[in-house]
Amino acid sequence: MLALTVARLQLQELLRRRLFLVLLLLTIVVISLTTWGFSRIPTLDDTPMSAVEIAAVASQFLILVMFMFSFVLAFSAVFAASPAISAEVESGITLAMLARPITRLEYVVGKWLGLLATVLIYAIPAASVQMILVQLVVGYSPPHPLEFLAFVIGEAVVVLTLSLLLSTRFAGMVGGVTGLILWGLAWMGGIVGGIGLGFGNATLTHVGTASKLLLPTDGLWRGAVWSLEPASLIAAARAAGRTAAANPFFAPDPPPPAYVAWCVIWIAAMLAVAIWSFMRKEL
Amino acid sequence: MIDAPAIRTQELTKRYGSINALAGLTMTIPRGDIFGFLGPNGAGKTTAVKLLLGLTPPTSGDAEVLGAPIGDRDALRRVGYLPELFRYQLWLTAREVLALHCELAGIDRAAWQREIEDALAIVGLSDRGSGRVGTFSKGMQQRLGLGVALLGAPDLVVLDEPTSALDPVGRHDVREIIRALGERGTTVFLNSHLLGEVEQVCDRVAIVDHGKVVAEGTLDQLLGGDTVRVRVVDLEREATNGLSRFGQLDQDGDWLVIRGIDSERVPELVAEIVRLGGRVYAVEPRHESLEDRFLRLLGQPN
Repeated sequence: MLALTVARLQLQELLRRRLFLVLLLLTIVVISLTTWGFSRIPTLDDTPMSAVEIAAVASQFLILVMFMFSFVLAFSAVFAASPAISAEVESGITLAMLARPITRLEYVVGKWLGLLATVLIYAIPAASVQMILVQLVVGYSPPHPLEFLAFVIGEAVVVLTLSLLLSTRFAGMVGGVTGLILWGLAWMGGIVGGIGLGFGNATLTHVGTASKLLLPTDGLWRGAVWSLEPASLIAAARAAGRTAAANPFFAPDPPPPAYVAWCVIWIAAMLAVAIWSFMRKEL
Repeated sequence: MIDAPAIRTQELTKRYGSINALAGLTMTIPRGDIFGFLGPNGAGKTTAVKLLLGLTPPTSGDAEVLGAPIGDRDALRRVGYLPELFRYQLWLTAREVLALHCELAGIDRAAWQREIEDALAIVGLSDRGSGRVGTFSKGMQQRLGLGVALLGAPDLVVLDEPTSALDPVGRHDVREIIRALGERGTTVFLNSHLLGEVEQVCDRVAIVDHGKVVAEGTLDQLLGGDTVRVRVVDLEREATNGLSRFGQLDQDGDWLVIRGIDSERVPELVAEIVRLGGRVYAVEPRHESLEDRFLRLLGQPN
């Protein structure tokens, strides 16, 4: 299967171009700093903190750290995927490669698999190490760590697939900028939807729902947030009332299975459009 | 289909919006030929190559490569291609690029090592096989591209301006490689605007202009003998009609130009002019080069 050849080549390119090295070094710095920060939580107050208080503060801090992590992950994926096809078309690499008995479908799927592998190789160890260190220094472990990984990786795969689709037609910078703007719009759409939900405004709620369906990054981010929250925090936020729904760092419930299925369909559909688009591309 | 021609096209056209890049290309290239595809910049040469390799779909028309419709996977396995815009993965070594193309071409893994080392040796890169492509000069990258095109002893090798980045030594090497391919029975499709290069290696030539073939044939057919210029006075215009059996006649002031004449017949021609009453002051035999013919076909002053 020549798609695997292309996938290996894509992964090899990111390794040789030192994307992994830079990510690894920066991640080590960030994890070291945040772990030190977590270790200071029990000493925030003069009086000893209860386990519930530590869990509440640690989970909030962890959500913020992981928000940054999801941002870095999503944008590493966008910047790796945006030029993945367009740069090879512009330089002429595709002329020599696609004159071989390899189909365009194999080429695009191979690129996607290579980028997916990149995301998995970075995200799983980095997030796992962060969660394990938090457990070691403050004794807090999020209730759904595997679900967290799945949601945050899903979010990256959504923007990665969109960027790869754009890469079949536009220069790398176009895909990068578009991915960044759409990701930001979806995040704000999620906040708008939360406000609509909190205040019972149908229009704002529909805006939020539409943005979650059109680009399911924020919907998946809410799933990631939910995975990190202890039950005590969810109960406290519910008691605080409906305005909590507008908080982009809070989610009372996991996304329903139908929404997760929609995300999978969305990714598959975007990949199919990318293949279709590249099959019609004049080289 | 062993007996099918290497390339056959029928009214192949390609339009990009309002631009007619290829306007009805019809040609047949037999197996084993070294075929020169000549034309000025923008004549449609590279477009034709891209259509033949399935990199771009034709607007209309029909073509076969090695007896199969364009884009056929089995046929592509037996085609080697050096693009005009030659570029390979800069982060790979030369050997890794060749291994990648062995894999893409479906060459048996047991044969890779030999194929790669042979290709490096042929293009003169044996000592740079472990170097990253990103550290190579343009000329070395073009040599590598030629090596890529030779992998797996293809039946058809398509070379699009294969010497554009090479120095005179490199150009000589490429000519030798093309000749060796010809001796092995490989069909070579050489896209070029370097007429001297084509003249030195090609068996057959097609000249393309504005997306159409304006002349095609063997070099002998195309050049059709020599040209002789004779400065002659006192020769009646009617009398020159009797000279048309020597070749195609043109009058250029005092000069009579006879194209397509067999050089052995020049003394006979001069004797005939004298017999008809002409006084001959100069005779300039000239071998018509491909460049002369090319410029004449494209309507350019020589």
